[in-house]
Amino acid sequence: MLENMGRHALSACRVVGQATLLFTDAVISLRYIFTKRSRKEVLIQLFVSGIKSLGVISVVAVFTGMILALQTGIELRKFNQEVYIGTAVMVSMLREMGPFMTGLILAACVGSSMAAQLGTMTVSEEIDALEIMSIDPVRFLVMPRLVAMAIMTPFLSFYMSMMGVLGGGVVGATQLGVSFSAYLANAERHAEVKDLYVGLFKAFLFGLIITTVSCHEGLSTTQGAVGVGMATRRSVIVSFLLILIVGYYITRLFYIS
Amino acid sequence: MIEFKNVTKILNGNAILNDMSFDVRKGEVFVIVGPSGVGKSVTLKHMVRLMTPDKGQVRVGDEMVSEATGAGLEKIRSRFGYLFQGGALLAWLTILENVALPLRERTDMNDEEILAKAREMLRLVGLENDEEKYPAEVSGGMKKRAGLARAIVGNPEIVLYDEPTSGLDPVSSRTIDSLIDRLKRELGVTSVVVTHDLHSALSIGTRIAMLHGGKVAEISTPAEFVNSSNEEVRSFLEASFITKAGIWERNLK
Repeated sequence: MLENMGRHALSACRVVGQATLLFTDAVISLRYIFTKRSRKEVLIQLFVSGIKSLGVISVVAVFTGMILALQTGIELRKFNQEVYIGTAVMVSMLREMGPFMTGLILAACVGSSMAAQLGTMTVSEEIDALEIMSIDPVRFLVMPRLVAMAIMTPFLSFYMSMMGVLGGGVVGATQLGVSFSAYLANAERHAEVKDLYVGLFKAFLFGLIITTVSCHEGLSTTQGAVGVGMATRRSVIVSFLLILIVGYYITRLFYIS
Repeated sequence: MIEFKNVTKILNGNAILNDMSFDVRKGEVFVIVGPSGVGKSVTLKHMVRLMTPDKGQVRVGDEMVSEATGAGLEKIRSRFGYLFQGGALLAWLTILENVALPLRERTDMNDEEILAKAREMLRLVGLENDEEKYPAEVSGGMKKRAGLARAIVGNPEIVLYDEPTSGLDPVSSRTIDSLIDRLKRELGVTSVVVTHDLHSALSIGTRIAMLHGGKVAEISTPAEFVNSSNEEVRSFLEASFITKAGIWERNLK
């Protein structure tokens, strides 16, 4: 049993090392970001990771805000404090729910698609073909995705937070008897700039994590179609876990000193 | 031109290549045949360091490819073109963009020159009317021909072919064979072809190597190969219904 645990630990260390190297390579490749091809690829990836995810993010954001408002409103009503749902929704969305939900959605939608695409390219020898042509797969495929996700995840996180606040306001006005203007005034008064930048920083890190994990899983794919499926599944699971763990530690770092 | 010296490669505990040695001469079509899983594609991948030997050396000219890294490896790889089994075309690029890709990424040519050269290669492989199609829209044979156009667009000294005729109809197979032959005759390109197709091997090969048990069981000219007394070669020939006469007859003379 000990031998098995040791083998798993070694294998996990190897994967972490490989993923870190991949991330470092992608960062080093940033010096090619202003080439015509890289700029075009970044724009494509911005569209894929951002615009194509807007629909699902909007729906999830509105309903997350509505649920938050309803749950906190029900409790606050017991103390006649339901006017404070604005603060509760705004602070939770900016600090935690915005980046967290955005991270999960992007890991499931964009990260899985990255892992599947790069995995299919690996098993169909397209990555080998790039290497033979002396085209660095990290510069050609990973770096543009990393840049696009680093830009788009904070933007989407902010968008999600605002949509969530909007959803909360609708519930406040229709279910809890809190006028929209009072809700917004309350939300604005108690939210701090720190809540905004910590949330955006978290989202930025989540974007880097999702891309690194997904691209690493895709590029390490073996065993044909089955391997592509396994890589896609692993990319989503590992991204989810890392988003939770990193999210916790970032909150602790900024709010408990 | 390419030299394998005592190369051993172990995959999943099996010695796929076992102390293998041979050389490929400049300007020849060197064909590697053998049953499935014997290490033909693995051998090919060692020539461009897509795989690294566990023991032994692989040389290309004066350069040690098995130890090359970074710019040195890039320089060696720039001498090669590689036709992969399935073509390995990038799915989101058109056939024309796929063929133009190595020139875009590796040369200082302008757009016009790149497209003209890519179109010339597509004409050579008979795909001039399909340049705007995506890989998913064309047949397996067309993908291979497009892959071949991409492999030779950079005027390589050496072209490696991994199963160039597998899964193709006889007419498309002969088209690929004649292209390989033409590259040798007209441009002096050195070719290494991995194939199951003995008809093709005997038609285009300058020398044929038969792999067995991780080693080279025999290297001979097509004429010697057909008359070989080597047990592995004989059973391979018989399984392919090869007699001394056939479409490769011209090459045997």
